[in-house]
Amino acid sequence: MNAPLISAQALQVSIGEHAVCTDLDFSLQVGERLAILGRNGAGKSTLLSVLAGLRTADVGEVRLSGQNYAELGPREAAKRRGWLPQRHGDAFASSVLETALTGRHPHLGRWDWETNRDTEIARGALKAVGLAGLEDRDVQTLSGGERQRLAIATLLTQGPPLYLLDEPLAHLDLNHQIAVLDLFAGAAKDCGAGVIMVLHEPGLADRYCDRALLIHGDGRTELGSCREMLTAPCLTELYGHPLKEVESDGHRWFIPC
Amino acid sequence: MPSRQRAFLVLALLASGGLASFAAALAVGSLAVPVPDVIAALLGQPVDNAAIVLELRLPRALAGFACGGLLALAGALMQVLLRNPLADPYVLGISGGAGVGAMFAILLGLGMAGINGLAFLGALGAMLIVFGLAHGDGAWTQTRLLLTGVIVAAGCGALVALMLSIAPEHKLRGMLFWLMGDLSQTGAPWIALAILGAALLATMPFARELNLLARGHDTAQALGVDVRRLRYAVYAIASLVTAVAVTSAGSIGFVGLVVPHLVRLAIGNDQRLLLPASVLAGGALLTLADTLARTIVAPQQLPVGVLTALIGVPVFLFLLARHPR
Repeated sequence: MNAPLISAQALQVSIGEHAVCTDLDFSLQVGERLAILGRNGAGKSTLLSVLAGLRTADVGEVRLSGQNYAELGPREAAKRRGWLPQRHGDAFASSVLETALTGRHPHLGRWDWETNRDTEIARGALKAVGLAGLEDRDVQTLSGGERQRLAIATLLTQGPPLYLLDEPLAHLDLNHQIAVLDLFAGAAKDCGAGVIMVLHEPGLADRYCDRALLIHGDGRTELGSCREMLTAPCLTELYGHPLKEVESDGHRWFIPC
Repeated sequence: MPSRQRAFLVLALLASGGLASFAAALAVGSLAVPVPDVIAALLGQPVDNAAIVLELRLPRALAGFACGGLLALAGALMQVLLRNPLADPYVLGISGGAGVGAMFAILLGLGMAGINGLAFLGALGAMLIVFGLAHGDGAWTQTRLLLTGVIVAAGCGALVALMLSIAPEHKLRGMLFWLMGDLSQTGAPWIALAILGAALLATMPFARELNLLARGHDTAQALGVDVRRLRYAVYAIASLVTAVAVTSAGSIGFVGLVVPHLVRLAIGNDQRLLLPASVLAGGALLTLADTLARTIVAPQQLPVGVLTALIGVPVFLFLLARHPR
């Protein structure tokens, strides 16, 4: 099957009167990573939730490996894409392990209970994000960064071929930011996972993604390789603040002037 | 996460607790019947006081169990649906809506069927208002939900007070007992029991999906739950279950709030275990409370709703203090 992991055709999305994108076309192949950048309120999260099938587009269609969400149904869609939300609300007490295990839901039948294998997968995911040993903690007692890593572990437990990440670096300290980006880079390289992530740091986008999608907030979008898109003039226009490019150890960084 | 074996163990324990509450309800009263006689009477053997056990106490115990189970199930489902541990038929003004309907029916001089019918409509009406205004995610919804419940309950309280004040003397006692929750006049416990069983059977296949729903709508949808369909189904079942409970026993407060919460504290929030455990615990609790209500000041009877409220109010205040959000 050579259909792209996800493709959008003639996508038009808006929040009320405010246009996020008009006529957006793109597709993401196995192992590809795409960064979405834009100002606050430009519609990055809204676009990502449309891609995740949680909102419908005004016009156009999203397909996962060639099929749209209506054809797939929620369960099959959950085997093909995972979504990292920006906010995590825990109304009820629940252990860290229980929360990670929710990722197994699409893989279990209606009457199945989680098996030892499911628990092992969840424990492995918790270990991968550095939460080993916290399995029995109540999620309501976790710090913001720990809660964010738990959400990432839940996503790894789900194990879809396509990850849609809404600000995966939120609340994380620097070492965990790099660890998380390395984790998804590894998933892309070794398992052929596709990754689309909303980022606020152009330097990390350049370092960890193949392509970048710039959302200007007025309906204009630009898509291209990081080399083309992430330049001081482009980003200055995107953020409305002058930025300067510097290079260090082969990585490009953008510093506000 | 409880294993399947542990779940069965917990449920077996609670079921035996339910049986014990039945034994107490059938044996204890202004006339004590020894347990062996109770068993003999249940088996159809001719013993002294068989009529008291079979015709007075058994229907009432069954009705108590059914109502307690229904209220606890309704509370548990509403708490998931609204993602708020404080949701409960009484707190959200749904019992109040039923009260308005029932008072109106008594005032009009309607019979049992009329009272039940109008109470049912009142409960559905209150539920439509509360759920219509309080859907969605987010902190504001949680606040709005409780505010809506308070407003609906206050409005219903005013209407009930109005009807009580213009009611003729001879109808007042019946009205007051209905309002305080009363199991002595429940008609057919088998209907309530059958609806309880059917509602539990209908929700159990979706228990794991309810676990996800409690974590947020988008999260549940992203993990493969058909959120829209599930919410409508749970909404319909919770409404029906509440209306049946309130209709058959008047407004019995706080069972729907306290029971799921206590069960959650004891065994966690896995709905696969929480829902059946809440039904059993709620049934046993209300059966016991009703037995107490008719024995503490025997031969006088207390309305069982007074007892449950006396237990429920401090628990509710404690929960509010613990959830400052």
